[in-house]
Amino acid sequence: MTDQATPKQEFKIIGRRVPRPDGIAKVTGEAAYGADIQVSGMLHARVLRSPHAHARIVSLDVSDALALKGVKAVVTSEDFERDLPAKFQDIADNCLARGKVLYDGHGIAAVAAVSKSIAKQALALIRVEYEVLRHVTDVDAAMLNDAPVLHVGRVQETVPAGYSQNVTNYIEFGHGDMDAGFAAADIVMERTYKTAAVHQGYIEPNACLATLAADGRGDLWVCTQGQYMVRENCCTILGLEVGKLRVTASEIGGGFGGKTTTFVEPIALALSRKAGRPVKLVLSREEVLKATGPTVSSSIDVKIGIMNDGRMTAGHATVRYQGGAFPCGTAKFGAQAAFGCYDLPAVRTEGFGVTTNRPKEAHYRAPGAPPAVYAVESLIDELCQELGLDPLDVRLTNAARKGTVATYGPTFNDIGLEAILKKVADHPHYSAPLEANQARGLACGFWFNFGGDTSVSLSINADGTASVVEGNPDIGGSRASISMMAAEELGIPYENVRTIIADTGSLGFNNVTDGSRVTFAVGLATIKAARAAKDEMCARAAKIWGIDNDAVEWVDGCAQPAGPNAGNYPPMALAEIAAVSSQTGGPIAGHHEVNVDGAGVGFGVHLADVEVDPETGATKVVRYTAFQDVGKAVHPDYVEGQMQGGAVQGIGWALNEEYVYGDDGKLQNAGFLDYRIPVASDLPFIATEILEIPNPGHPYGVRGVGETPIVPPLGAVSNAVSRAIGVRMRSLPMSPSKVLAALPED
Amino acid sequence: MTLIHISTEINGDEQEFVCNPDESLLDVLRDRLNLTGAKEGCGTGDCGACSVTLNGRLVCACLVLGAEADGQKIETIEGMADGSNLHPLQRIFIEEAALQCGVCTPGILIAAKALLEINPNPTETEIRYWLAGNLCRCTGYDKIIRAVQLAAAELNGE
Repeated sequence: MTDQATPKQEFKIIGRRVPRPDGIAKVTGEAAYGADIQVSGMLHARVLRSPHAHARIVSLDVSDALALKGVKAVVTSEDFERDLPAKFQDIADNCLARGKVLYDGHGIAAVAAVSKSIAKQALALIRVEYEVLRHVTDVDAAMLNDAPVLHVGRVQETVPAGYSQNVTNYIEFGHGDMDAGFAAADIVMERTYKTAAVHQGYIEPNACLATLAADGRGDLWVCTQGQYMVRENCCTILGLEVGKLRVTASEIGGGFGGKTTTFVEPIALALSRKAGRPVKLVLSREEVLKATGPTVSSSIDVKIGIMNDGRMTAGHATVRYQGGAFPCGTAKFGAQAAFGCYDLPAVRTEGFGVTTNRPKEAHYRAPGAPPAVYAVESLIDELCQELGLDPLDVRLTNAARKGTVATYGPTFNDIGLEAILKKVADHPHYSAPLEANQARGLACGFWFNFGGDTSVSLSINADGTASVVEGNPDIGGSRASISMMAAEELGIPYENVRTIIADTGSLGFNNVTDGSRVTFAVGLATIKAARAAKDEMCARAAKIWGIDNDAVEWVDGCAQPAGPNAGNYPPMALAEIAAVSSQTGGPIAGHHEVNVDGAGVGFGVHLADVEVDPETGATKVVRYTAFQDVGKAVHPDYVEGQMQGGAVQGIGWALNEEYVYGDDGKLQNAGFLDYRIPVASDLPFIATEILEIPNPGHPYGVRGVGETPIVPPLGAVSNAVSRAIGVRMRSLPMSPSKVLAALPED
Repeated sequence: MTLIHISTEINGDEQEFVCNPDESLLDVLRDRLNLTGAKEGCGTGDCGACSVTLNGRLVCACLVLGAEADGQKIETIEGMADGSNLHPLQRIFIEEAALQCGVCTPGILIAAKALLEINPNPTETEIRYWLAGNLCRCTGYDKIIRAVQLAAAELNGE
């Protein structure tokens, strides 16, 4: 539902920088993450993984492993349900291979034993006979007709002819007369860009503790972005009744989209069901990199027509995304987002989803958008250089505004891109002097944001405090934001509200923590739940005073007569009403369940100043500013934190991070030493500029914040590096060796 | 395997335990002593989430054997606060929002405390290089560096 009323503008608590409720637990080591608990009788699990990129499993014999003293259970794909809907069958087959292994690191069997070391010994006793098959790990190669095929019969009807069966998905968007658009241009330029697969890089490896009894009742403790999603996946894969499995989300040590699916949970539950004991399964870092989802790698063609004055007349983008071992729809988001920042008379985007012998793609912060937007922002920068135009002026000329019809169909409402660009123009960073070997890059970014299914319950306690129960794991401070919105609405101090995250048995369904939805959608449901509680408290006051319910209003945390005609009664504070609730009808609570619509789209613009060392090709980011329209910053510290964290993940994508595969189809860098995420000494301070253009779809004007900031940095950094070295870079990451090879010889 | 008997001091208290010869100090802390503040992010000394000090020296607990702790003094995140009084670094990390998911936070706090003990007035660059062995994926390090600077100033009485 959409709240069409004008968003609230005046706040007492929203916008303050209050301490987070989980702060003390997290600075003292008390907070419990996925691997942090143990229970009596607990077994330790380990997974046997494929050493081959692509092979048929000819035979699989677990009898010797099962016979080892201390081993209590062994499971394979035989222990999962069969003939499931494709979405669930793929998740099951990704956990434990069925018939074929599809990538280096693909799970085959799992063991539960009384100790970690016995579990490890047992893996060596499992005998697997493989028939090694040809493999393919590159997206363009996988599309060719002679490529080795991963799955037969998974090609969607929309896919054009002429490709291998690895091309499973195709989708297109757009409007306008493309021929006329390109014909009207003074220059038309077309280029191809590539990005590497990168991992979300959460510091906490996937982990869970599972108990599943013979009667089908189960409990699961797991680090996840969505306990309800885990429940659905596990119940489907294991043939359980949804109501019998209770899933509790632990504190989560980073997710960024990577923990929006299941990799370990069905395995641990299946082992527990067989062994009759609790089973803990914790992945190693190598397993995380090899067998949980990185994002897509891409190959992208972009063609833009532009007038000499900078007005774009037409844009065409074709994104080819490899999504790893199973069909992947992320190309759709890339095709939708590519030109999301611009108002084009003619635009067409196409997306190809391609399977390869790599781990199945998992969502990563604004999934699909960063590569496509990087390609478009790069080509615009090339055109600016060609025409001698200012890159900011060209963005302003073409920026999407209220009323712009987006590439993917909808017409934009109140959006902030133009305001952000004007803020950039006036910002000291845009005119800061540059030194030798330095250059500045600018790029825009767009993300849809999401609302979705949401349940919130709010109780008024007898002492005047409030308890909020929500169902979305807190990945960046959302418990503080939710408590702030409840306190604001109720008119009580922030300290008087405690928000907890419920297990699946304690609250109605919630979509996963994704789509930048939690502060927006859970916040909206919390405000509505608080309003329901306020209505009830007004009714209780009306009962005490003996007047009509609609003669009472809620002002500043008190019920009071709505006007002079309602009667002359002193206001009753929330705590006073709560204290006598038992005498006025019983406990007071509010709840709200909704599929939230109206997530305002997000825009950001980033400025990156880099210095490239001509001797080594190494790039140093020397100055960085992220600008974003956030609707309303509920807790500015955590809004800034999202912008800074997203920007740095994007910097890593642009400069360092890359899945490196050998000719043997094996991952060459499955560890943090060789898969290098940015470290503190790589970076400057990341400056932030928050703009607040209220989202009409939220009572307080809130927009999702978390994903947009990873979209602009790839283009911003690439444009800066390209300008610094005087050569256009069209492939990420721009590692020192790649930059050195691109440098013109003296 | 024969278990080894170890006598050590953890966070100022005497502590005895037995462990396998190949068992890491991190596994001992987490699995045998239920001190789960140190996290295993990699197990190869690359991420710093398991940072503790051994006789005052900053180490990755995943790269130290439990048996090596015999007769040594270990400090973990669980010993950083003085009862219910947080160490200034802990308090300022909360005030400055220098954590998001918090899983790297214990290691970063231990590492930052070790830095300020040997260099009470570090420059921004010195802080960044000292903490380069502690990976954080959420924050982009901005607020972490600022929090360490503020804590240094407070500890110096500025």
